Amino acid sequence: MAGQIFAYITHKVGKADDTAAELVKAAGKFFPDAPVTAVVTGSGADLDAVCNEMTAWYREIWKIDNEALAYPNAEAIRKLLVNLLPQDAVVFCGHDTFGMDLAPGLSIKLDSVFVPDVVDFDGLDGDTLKVIRQEYSGQVSTHVSCDISAGAVINIRPGAFQPDESGSAGGQVVDKSAEAGDLAVGRRFLEIVQAEVGDVDITKEDVLVSVGRGIEDQDNIEIAEELAEAIGAVVSCSRPIVDAKWLEKSRQVGTSGQTVKPKVYLALGISGSFQHLGGLKGNPFIVAVNKNPKAPIFQVADVGVVDDLLDFVPVLTEKIQEGK
Amino acid sequence: MEILVCVKRVPDTAENEIEVAGDGSDIERDDLVYSVNEWDNYAVEEAIQIVDNVGGSVTVISVGDEDAEEVVRREMAMGANNGILLSDDAFEGSDGKGIASLLKAAVEKGNYDLILTGAQADDGAGQVGGMLAAMLDVPFASVVNAIEVLDDKKLKVGREIEGGNQEMSEIDLPCVLSIQTGINEPRYVGIRGIRKVASVDIPVWGASDLGVGAESIGESGARAKRLDYFVPELGEGAEILEGSSDEVADKLIEILKAKGGIK
Repeated sequence: MAGQIFAYITHKVGKADDTAAELVKAAGKFFPDAPVTAVVTGSGADLDAVCNEMTAWYREIWKIDNEALAYPNAEAIRKLLVNLLPQDAVVFCGHDTFGMDLAPGLSIKLDSVFVPDVVDFDGLDGDTLKVIRQEYSGQVSTHVSCDISAGAVINIRPGAFQPDESGSAGGQVVDKSAEAGDLAVGRRFLEIVQAEVGDVDITKEDVLVSVGRGIEDQDNIEIAEELAEAIGAVVSCSRPIVDAKWLEKSRQVGTSGQTVKPKVYLALGISGSFQHLGGLKGNPFIVAVNKNPKAPIFQVADVGVVDDLLDFVPVLTEKIQEGK
Repeated sequence: MEILVCVKRVPDTAENEIEVAGDGSDIERDDLVYSVNEWDNYAVEEAIQIVDNVGGSVTVISVGDEDAEEVVRREMAMGANNGILLSDDAFEGSDGKGIASLLKAAVEKGNYDLILTGAQADDGAGQVGGMLAAMLDVPFASVVNAIEVLDDKKLKVGREIEGGNQEMSEIDLPCVLSIQTGINEPRYVGIRGIRKVASVDIPVWGASDLGVGAESIGESGARAKRLDYFVPELGEGAEILEGSSDEVADKLIEILKAKGGIK
């Protein structure tokens, strides 16, 4: 049987991330009989606020207050967890940019298996845990079996486990600050540079015409712009378009870009990776145009057109213009 | 600065639709177009730019079969100075930790100031860089989208975090960084570039060259194992509009009007 179960809680300005409630849900699905302990690190009043918030979700909360942890530096937190946790611990983290920074190295230092970006649970038989992951931007899924006899670090995809509406764990906070140990690091936080504000604010738009890799060439962006103009929308995009420098970063929808909440979202040539969909909130009506009928975007879209956007969109735009 | 860049040969998802093979044991690989993992290509470009600025050399390394050599050679055509291929039947079936163990052994045969990987791969999980750093006991930063060399002891790096914000840190050398796409504009590699390095010797190192034991590598050393591939049954999905482009466009216009998508 695996060791004690922990969830590492990320937080910002005194408020826990949404994943905090998702991790306890996931842990409960994986290990229904085992209590889950939240680990919350930071400093001062913000930390106390988060610990207090977590009492609704977790039976026990380990609080570690330390100046060196005021900013969540993954290297310092890894050292802390290695000092603090039992060697055979099972640790749940969110698979976000912090989890990607922390978890792989933590698994090495705890000498336990690392199970990244888990989207679902598939069974536990003794020390063999079976989970579901996705590959190729969600085009295919896989069952993965892991030997957790020596512990595990399990990263859960944000949004994959629907949390309960509210928690009523009635947990207690245990101050473990004295057990932090040496937290010296080779990477020192300097500052956060805020994202640049662009010429349009896509987060405030009701209708977005969003383009992805299927647009193929910078010159074709105008196809999307013409459609957007015809329907009174604004052009946004997925990550590859910003990487190619065809549109500004401020136009990018996704976890590493903007979080938008339009009423209608037209996804043109966008495959629909979870990082992209993670930036799409408020349950919009999604229209997907993609030449690949197996593109994951069709699983979440309301209406789909299986066609090359370069052929289809000009036809659509012309008809809308004629109708006006 | 001596820089090692870890690269991987993967099916190119921009060129392929990935489908599950009949029995679910693998994906359909018959007609797949392979290329260097996109993130890794940005890492190689970044390494070349750093060396252009401060001097040193770039070595590209890959774990794989003889086909992976093509990828190493392609990155050398971009401007990397050296290539190394880690290849051995014993490496097959290694999990992320196994791959990191192999790379660690190779790193220790050299003298590198900086090690770069891609932040993730389409068929992977973004784990090898962080594992390698922990094994080497050097600092690590993931999803790096900016690097500035401060001096021969440290770098200033930016990490791409949620919301398009950037987290700036100072990091001691030697270190491992995993590179995010968009950090630079990888140069184009033409046929001439490939020809220039066509006959360059790329050393191949196996298990005995690296001195790695079987306990951490290959299928027997893997504590995480992929059992199969499948396509999940996911609700109803989209209502697919059928007909000619004209008919589909007419239907879509009606739907958009009803949903407030046309102002």
